Amino acid sequence: MSILVYTENWDGKFKKLSCEIVSFAAAIAKKMNSSVTALSIGHVSDDELNMLGNYGATKVLNVQDDRFESLDNKALADAVAKAAQAESAKLVIFAHNNEGKAIAPRVSIKLNAGMVSGVTGLPVNFEPFTVKKKVFTGKAFANIVINTDVKVITFAQNSFEVVETDNNVNILVFDPQITDNEFVTKVLDTHKATGKVLLTDAEIVISGGRGMKGPGNWGGLEELAGILGAGLACSRPVSDEGWRSHEEHVGQTGKIIAPNVYIAFGISGAIQHLGGVSSSKFIVAVNKDPEAPIFEVADFGIVGDAFKVIPQLIEAAKELRATN
Amino acid sequence: MKILVLISNVPDTTTKVRLTGDNKAFDTTGIQWIINPWDELALTRAVELKEAGGVEKITVANVGSKITESTLRKALAVGADDAFRIDAEPSDAYYVAKQLMQVAGSYDLIMAGIEASDYNGSGVGGMLAEMLGINSVSAVSGVDIENGELKIRRDLDGASQVLSIPTPVLIIVQKGIAIDPRIPAMRGIMMARKKNLNVLPAIDATARTEFLNYELPAPKAACKIVDEDNAKELITLLHEDAKVI
Ligand SMILES: Cc1cc2nc3c(=O)[nH]c(=O)nc-3n(C[C@H](O)[C@H](O)[C@H](O)COP(=O)(O)OP(=O)(O)OC[C@H]3O[C@@H](n4cnc5c(N)ncnc54)[C@H](O)[C@@H]3O)c2cc1C
Ligand SMILES: Nc1ncnc2c1ncn2[C@@H]1O[C@H](COP(=O)(O)O)[C@@H](O)[C@H]1O
Repeated sequence: MSILVYTENWDGKFKKLSCEIVSFAAAIAKKMNSSVTALSIGHVSDDELNMLGNYGATKVLNVQDDRFESLDNKALADAVAKAAQAESAKLVIFAHNNEGKAIAPRVSIKLNAGMVSGVTGLPVNFEPFTVKKKVFTGKAFANIVINTDVKVITFAQNSFEVVETDNNVNILVFDPQITDNEFVTKVLDTHKATGKVLLTDAEIVISGGRGMKGPGNWGGLEELAGILGAGLACSRPVSDEGWRSHEEHVGQTGKIIAPNVYIAFGISGAIQHLGGVSSSKFIVAVNKDPEAPIFEVADFGIVGDAFKVIPQLIEAAKELRATN
Repeated sequence: MKILVLISNVPDTTTKVRLTGDNKAFDTTGIQWIINPWDELALTRAVELKEAGGVEKITVANVGSKITESTLRKALAVGADDAFRIDAEPSDAYYVAKQLMQVAGSYDLIMAGIEASDYNGSGVGGMLAEMLGINSVSAVSGVDIENGELKIRRDLDGASQVLSIPTPVLIIVQKGIAIDPRIPAMRGIMMARKKNLNVLPAIDATARTEFLNYELPAPKAACKIVDEDNAKELITLLHEDAKVI
């Protein structure tokens, strides 16, 4: 019996999130007297696969099959379910991101497993197996029992403190034996956002709203993000107006992110916006209206004009980076 | 092409969440119900595709009690041709997908939302596709029909792709699939009255998960305010106190 973790790589490197879920799984394994097997699909070097041991995996199943690059959900779910069966996994864990959300529900059907998505921490109880998740876009939490023998969960990022160990991992090649006819998706075109910090992976996110006044005013935010190594985000009206790309829109109808710190400039803090950022460890608001609702959720704030504040922050960030 | 749009009935997104006395349930008194925002966008795109030709029929389906009928009528007013309501309490994603199996068998394209804005389950679409044994594409931000074939845009973390995929297929849609949701026009509302809203009884199925109780988030500590003219202090606080930069 084991716990199976679905890991994702980005150009052959594991995402921070993958390390976090392996570590999360290891903490659960300890309580359940179980062990962690990570499943990796794609071309990842042995060094990188070995690294999963530092987060508590004892075994890695490595699937190297280029056909999976089309991300056919049906074939992927089949592969994960076969790995889970091979490992007699009682619990299968995915990240609560695009890929996890796409595959986990399918896997739950294949394994006759109950599923809970967006789990925000270690199980609150093991008998019966009970997990906590956010509902109503962060306005409440629910405790949910999974009644089946095999269980599937997707894990909300940044809700677990990573623990490092030094396990030795056993790396095995795994062939789920998926037939060609399961691969039906044809990718006609891929557009990669290059050279930028991946928004959903970023530890620092700098975000602008309608208070930034227009598309020509983002230079300061870009500079600040560059110095701090931050990702850039925006509110919905900003992407709707075409000031910034849709890729950067966060909120209930955009991306859902959970960085260590989210710094919002000229964003009022509408409930639908907060739905996408409320899991951030710290929220910082710069807004000229002291009554703006964002201040109700912010940890730090400046009541003032973003255009006066940004140059000072750039200067301070430069000084900080020069000495640290 | 025949399209099925799955419709979840949810509280208005600005609803303040209140719990019943023992925290066992969400208090629904006085709630305004709406079409789940992503389902509304999915339906909007389906109607746009029908107007462009190439779609024979749009059906909408919901698993819910009688209170969801006004939401389904609205979907008919926006442009769906007929509707199914499966008369059951939607207790979990598995249970809902099982119920939807009653009606989902004969469509070329099924559209579901990326999550319902109430319980944020992100489960029904993928589960239904697996039960039907058909393919699914997630995080879809665009769909077109070209010469009777589907062209789908999907977002990945850090990339977007254009795909072609054979039917039948279930797509799980998100932002971008349509820009503004369609508002029903007077004519649509009149026509919706004559359209079929079929009610089916629930089939036997057992939910696999169970909501025990709810909690409201702990109140947050007051925001620490830094003076506008001394903004540099903010960087110091984030570095030294919060230790996040
Ligand atoms: C179903 C639904 C889903 C939605 N989904 C999302 C979503 O996913 N994401 C999202 O962001 N929104 C979403 N919205 C929209 C949301 O309700 C708000 O309208 C939106 O978030 C407001 O964006 P904003 O804060 O940039 O703009 P505004 O609300 O206009 O706020 C601008 C702020 O900038 C401040 N300001 C102005 N000038 C300056 C200056 N010089 N310096 C500093 N501050 C200044 C103002 O005081 C104000 O607080 C959704 C709405 C609905 C109905
Ligand atoms: N009760 C329901 N009836 C019909 N469709 C539903 C229902 N619940 C969810 N769905 C569909 O499944 C999507 C995802 O919902 P969920 O898995 O509940 O987050 C929604 O956007 C709907 O398209």
